Parts: sequence; structure tokens; C-alpha cells
Amino acid sequence: MGRITLDKVRKAFGDVEVIPPLDLRIEDGEFVVFVGPSGCGKSTLLRLIAGLEDVTSGEIRIDGTDATHLSPAKRGLAMVFQSYALYPHMTVRKNIAFPLKMAGMDQAEIDRRVDGAAKVLNLSSYIDRRPGQLSGGQRQRVAIGRAIVREPSAFLFDEPLSNLDAALRVGMRLEISELHKRLATTMIYVTHDQVEAMTMADKIVVLRAGHIEQVGSPLELYRTPRNTFVAGFIGSPKMNLIEGAEAEKHGAHTIGVRPEHFQISTEGGTWTGTIGVSEHLGSDTFFHVTVPGFAEPLTIRAGGEVDLHYGDTIHLTPDASQIHRFDAKGLRLP
Amino acid sequence: MATQHSRSAARAMMAPAVFLLLVWMLVPLILTLWFSTLDYRPLRGTFDCCEGLGNYVRFVSSSAFWDSILTTLQLLGGVLLITVVGGIGLAILLDQPIWGQGIVRILVIAPFFVMPTVSALVWKNMFMNPVNGLFAHAFKAVGLEPVDWLSQFPLFSIILIVSWQWLPFATLILLTAIQSLDSEQFEAAEMDGAGPFARFGYITLPHLARSITVVVLIQTIFLLSIFAEIFVTTGGAFGTRTLTYLVYQRVIESQNVGLGSAGGIIAVILANIVAAILMRVVGKNLDA
Repeated sequence: MGRITLDKVRKAFGDVEVIPPLDLRIEDGEFVVFVGPSGCGKSTLLRLIAGLEDVTSGEIRIDGTDATHLSPAKRGLAMVFQSYALYPHMTVRKNIAFPLKMAGMDQAEIDRRVDGAAKVLNLSSYIDRRPGQLSGGQRQRVAIGRAIVREPSAFLFDEPLSNLDAALRVGMRLEISELHKRLATTMIYVTHDQVEAMTMADKIVVLRAGHIEQVGSPLELYRTPRNTFVAGFIGSPKMNLIEGAEAEKHGAHTIGVRPEHFQISTEGGTWTGTIGVSEHLGSDTFFHVTVPGFAEPLTIRAGGEVDLHYGDTIHLTPDASQIHRFDAKGLRLP
Repeated sequence: MATQHSRSAARAMMAPAVFLLLVWMLVPLILTLWFSTLDYRPLRGTFDCCEGLGNYVRFVSSSAFWDSILTTLQLLGGVLLITVVGGIGLAILLDQPIWGQGIVRILVIAPFFVMPTVSALVWKNMFMNPVNGLFAHAFKAVGLEPVDWLSQFPLFSIILIVSWQWLPFATLILLTAIQSLDSEQFEAAEMDGAGPFARFGYITLPHLARSITVVVLIQTIFLLSIFAEIFVTTGGAFGTRTLTYLVYQRVIESQNVGLGSAGGIIAVILANIVAAILMRVVGKNLDA
């Protein structure tokens, strides 16, 4: 079981309010991702749930019982840290066994669980090495191993993939997702990378300056961002946000169109612009198009084999059903 | 610094310093070796050659020698124990965020800057004096008989004085080590259910192992040659005669340079043996 409820949780460091009163429900077995730019309070929120920071006011409930003032160890949660936080002087085996040893479990049970975790995570071949002799990806696995042997009611991940190279990151992302499917335990995952959020989450919590901007499934956020912040944050490349006369034509202060929701043509369209930088990824091509009258260049996604180049004129037609409209406060208009 | 030319230039520029150091070390060593084979007593005007190993045999076979070895080891062990344990404690305390941290840290380090002679005299006259000392006043204040520290517990008193001098060194080294401890490791251990003592034992202490090694090695080197503190307090009386002090007495008080030199060479050999043992036992921590 791992149902976590935050009720008006507030955190202040001295006079600085990092997290204004905040409510959140995390259901059992969910994969929840906290995402937001750096300094938005997502790690602090995770640490509040873990018990590594004291809540200034409000209540945290885990499985219905008040855990606000419980020590981290008593909350039954396991955490994987950004730096992995492995114990450098212990072997992999001892690292993984550490929480069990602290819990006073008998040696036979410890061995059984450690071997189980090692098998699941493919650690067996380096179980007697020390963390210093392992690669980043292997250390990451050990850190996860140390978390799963405790059989916690929920896992907390604090930007676990940010120290890995791009290829490993994609691999570990899949592994963590698979682990979640297999264990079906609640997982809370903090990241600033919206791609990680989109690919892994059942539920994404978008944070800005301690506020929850929106909570929803990845596709909900993609389809119906509640405000311009979420609209700009979710999706890659960013949604184009256009203000001014063009927006007023749609009865809004700002309109947003994602790069993938344009028809491009060389003959005619709603808007006409000049291609600036183009990025060829093989599968896709991203054009940065300067349109007269728009404050910022638009980012447009085209197919991989489009024969357009720097300086060419391009005609763009936004997909009418995919225009997001926002009011002057940045809130979504129906 | 990688080209052939710059390397030979570096060597040429280093040469004078290396040469000077070699001379500085070799001349006294060779002289001492030479003296140790002589019957050299300046006040009597004897300067006879070819004692052979006679001085060595005489030095080792005197009962004072074995007593001095024991005293040296007791002093060494006592000071190491107090400074390492106290240093870890102080380092942990100083690592806590407190008001006036900077000043407190400087104050803690201050004893290290006081000359050994001065600090020993201050301890002797200000604290340990049985009539006017602060300890005597403190004892009297609670109705106890004042203790004459330097004659009742002479070795312990010297251990206290020396520990007071070396505690800052140990604290400083251990404090920097504690500050380099990754706080996430601590938090991970906290989440893993380790209490404060388990965290100290499983995280802090292993992390400090290397620094403790450094403290023990460096202090050993300096503590084996402790002299001023003994000279100004007990003058080697009441069982506080270390090997260094014995050599001094043989050369200066008995005016027997030959015998003293033999003792000096023995002290050098013993110090090297101690260093070798220490490197074996604790030096493993310095690898990897």
C-alpha cells in the first residue's frame, strides 16, 4: 500500500516561503512525476514527503495515518538520491543489505532479499565490488537495489538520471518504468526533464515556485494545458505562444500552437515567414521561422525529408482544432 | 613541464635545494654515527677512538633505557588516544551550525600556535601548581585536597599538556574531513533506518578513517621527539624520562657524547620501526 496525501502542506525557510499551502493526493501504485524548472520546489516537496525536511504547517498522511512528524525511517518509504548516496566503504552487497541490517533482520532473510534484488537488477556479477569501481549506470542500479530490498510502500526518486549520459538515461528510464510495472508500488519521481515526465508518468504534477500549476496524465497536460506555463513546459520543442493581433482574431490574449500542429507549404497559408536555423534530426526537421509581426520566431516540425533551407520562404497553416487559447492572466480559455 | 627541456631545467633548479637538504641531513647523521663509536667525554678531555659497539651495548643494557621506551610509548599512546577521540568529538561539534562559528574555530585552533615551552609553563604554573594553580583552587572550592599534579601524576600531566597542544591539529584535519562528507549519504542512512550512533559508526567513522591515519602518522613523528614539555615541567623526574630525554641527559648532563650519540642512533632506528609498523597497520587506509 502506498497512498500519500498532502493536506495544506507548507514549507518556509525563515521568511522565505518555498512551498505555499499545497494539497495533493497520490494513489496506491501510481507513478507520479513532479516536474518543473530548477528552483520550483519539487525536490523540497519530495524531501518533505521523505521526512528529510520538517513541514512548517499542514499534514502528510501515508496510507491514512498521520506521518507529518514521523522520522524518515518510520515512514516506510525508500529514496534514490541524485548522487546515488552509496556508502563508499561498503561493497555492493553490504550497501544493499544496510537498511535490512538496520532493521535488525536475520542474516538468512537479508541474504535472500539481497540476492533477489541483485538478480532483478542484474547486479550479481559485481556484488562484491565497491561503489568506486562501478560505472554511473551500475551505481544507479545499486541505489535502486538498496531501495527495493526494503519493500517500501513507496519509492522516491530525486532526479536519479541526471548524472547519466544520454544513452544510459534512456535505458534506465525504461528499466525504472518496467520495475514500476512489475512491483506495482507507488513511485514519486522528481525531474526537470519533461521527456522523462511524459514517458514515465501515470500522473504529472507541474510545479512552479512551489505552486502546483496542473496535475494530470501526460496526455491531458499535452492536450489541455491549464495555462501558458504548462503549455510551454510540456512538449518538446516548446509550444509556440503568440500574442497580439493574431491572438485577438481568435478572441484570446495569447494563442498557442505546438510545432507539430502546422501544415507547411511553399504556395500559400495563413502565415508567411522566412526559415532561419533548421535542425535536421533525420526523423524530423525543426525549422525556426521568422514571421513578420510576431515577437518570436516560430518552431515548426516537418518531416525528415523536407527540401527547404535557410532563407526560403515558407507558408504555415495552424491546425484549427489544435489552437490553444489563453486569457491575459495566462489561463486557458474553453 | 612535460618537454625534455623543461624537465632538465626543473632538475637543475631543484638541485641546490636538494643538495642543501642532503648535506643538512647527512652531516649530522654521519657525525652522530662517528661519535657513537668513540669514547668522547668533552669535560674529561677524552676523545678515544674505537669503542666499537660498546656505547650501544651500554646504552641498551642500562635499566633507564627500557623504562624510557615504556614511557615514550605511554606518552605516545595517551596523547594519540586523547587527540583522536577528542578531535573527532570537537570536529563534530564544530561542524554544527552555531552562532560565532568563525571565532570559535579560531579559538579552538589557537593552542597550536603557542610554543611548547610556553604552553608547558602556563600549564605548570597556572593550572597545575598545587598552591596557586586554578586546579588547586577548583579542588579547594569543592572541598577537596589539592593535587600536586606534576609529582603525583607526572606522566599523565605531561600527556594532558601535550594533548592540549595537539588537539587543535587533530580537530582541524578531522573537521575538514567531516565537512567533505556527502550529506546525501547521511540522509540515505537516515532513511535506511540508521540512528545517530549507527550513522556515526557506519558513515562518519569510515569516512574519517583516512584522516585519522594522517593524524596518527604525523603526530607520532612529532610526539616521539617531545622534549620541551618534559624539560620545563618535571625535568625527566618521576618516570617521565622518554627516550629523547634520556639521550639529552646522556649528552648534556653526563657529558658523554659517545653514549648519547649511540642512544640517538637507536632512537632513529626505533622511530623508523614504529613508522614502518604504523604504515603497515594504518597506512592501508591511504591507498585507493
